[in-house]
Amino acid sequence: MCSTFVVPSVRHSSHVIEFPYTRSLGPVYGEFLTGLRDQRIIGIRNRDGSVLCPPTEWDPKTGEALALDFVEVGPEGTVTTWAWVTKPTRKHPLDHPFAFALIQLDGADTAILHAVDVASMDKITTGMRVTPRWRKERIGLITDIEAFVPLESK
Amino acid sequence: MADIAIIGYSQSPSWREAELTEPQFLFPVISEAIDHAKIERREIGFTCAGSCDYLSGQTFAFVMNLEAVGAWPPISESHVEMDGAWALYEAWVRLQAGDIDTALVFGSGKSSPGNLSEIYPLQLDPYTLTPLGVDPASMAALQARALIDAGLVTEREMAQVVARNRRDAMNNPRAQVSGDFDEDALLAEPYLTAPLRKHDLPPISDGACAVILATADKARAVCERPVWIRGIDHRIEVHQPGMRDLTVSSSTQIAGKNAGVGNAPVDVAELCVSFSHEESVLRRALGLAENVKVNPSGGPLSANPLMAVGISRFAEAARQIAEQGAHRAIAHASSGQALQQNMVAVLEGD
Repeated sequence: MCSTFVVPSVRHSSHVIEFPYTRSLGPVYGEFLTGLRDQRIIGIRNRDGSVLCPPTEWDPKTGEALALDFVEVGPEGTVTTWAWVTKPTRKHPLDHPFAFALIQLDGADTAILHAVDVASMDKITTGMRVTPRWRKERIGLITDIEAFVPLESK
Repeated sequence: MADIAIIGYSQSPSWREAELTEPQFLFPVISEAIDHAKIERREIGFTCAGSCDYLSGQTFAFVMNLEAVGAWPPISESHVEMDGAWALYEAWVRLQAGDIDTALVFGSGKSSPGNLSEIYPLQLDPYTLTPLGVDPASMAALQARALIDAGLVTEREMAQVVARNRRDAMNNPRAQVSGDFDEDALLAEPYLTAPLRKHDLPPISDGACAVILATADKARAVCERPVWIRGIDHRIEVHQPGMRDLTVSSSTQIAGKNAGVGNAPVDVAELCVSFSHEESVLRRALGLAENVKVNPSGGPLSANPLMAVGISRFAEAARQIAEQGAHRAIAHASSGQALQQNMVAVLEGD
């Protein structure tokens, strides 16, 4: 009655989980991220004449589609508000304390969110002028800008 | 719109780290809400749940929560990947059709096992924001700094909000953080994400909340003190935080107006103040008078079960009317980054 089930060997099966899709960014984010690769920051003209950066495909107030009227902005800009991160997470762009800030780039009417790399909290203020520190190898991502830095330190 | 009433509610305590699974801690909450409404489970015509698979770290995790509902014989149910307050809104819309008279709605979340600072950036724009890992505290701190710069709130006022909520939470057996805290001592704490200190953030909580809704005839038949939903509205602002004026909450303002907040005096408001500075933004957006008591439960700063914290505002506001003698209350729920989305409801007793 009694029999022993013998496992001849442990079977292994390797799987690679991946999403092998190619995503098209569309005409607006495509322009914006390609611009970053080329060290240029692109905004878009809104229906009311103001300039939006990051650019959107539609008027943020009305949802109406925008013409592809791109405007180069920045690269310098002004900090409109900021948050001092004392303990960066693994997902943050810098591994030491830094500020997240909303930065209104010159020529834009809205602000872009990015990191500002200064040594300590007392080195950043609202209204401070900043400029991007570009990554040497840029591939068309928002992180092609490592961080913004105070204008005078560039 | 047909008047819909809250005829029952139940909440679990907020735990820093629940030992039970989400379906396990949901089970008594749902059963108690049904008992509280003095109905039988089979009388429920529609069930709607709010939860977030990202918190569970598992696709379709929300299906397991139906174990706590009982789905045999087959039931009519739906789920929103949002706070239970949005499940309540869906059921409110469903009841307008008039073919069913009772709905069960609930929200639940077990957020303690995950790392919320790293999970939450996934809800943001995947090209401009998620790659920067912008966490909820950083988003909130950007708003707090904008308010401080504009002279609309001070760090002392933020500490006062925290101290008041924690004091009020001493009377709430479901609260997680409560006690008598001195605002000077709070202000002496170091910054976590400046200008926010740890206490300006909500606690990490596991928990659940269930509410039973009924049409007017059904509510009158089974409930001594129905709490009527006189108005409810939900508005969303643009996603990019740099395209909004962070010193105001235009979505709350519009939702409040559409819900009828200003049509009569308000006794009490349960607002989704997850970060201390948000109270001042929401008070202004809703036009609340100085004497309106905000968050007598201690609010989200004392108990923050994600995906149940918004629907808990409905339960707490209904509790104020059904048990504490208030006549007109506001329930508010929020979603997204830095108060991007807001839902406002006006609740009234008879």
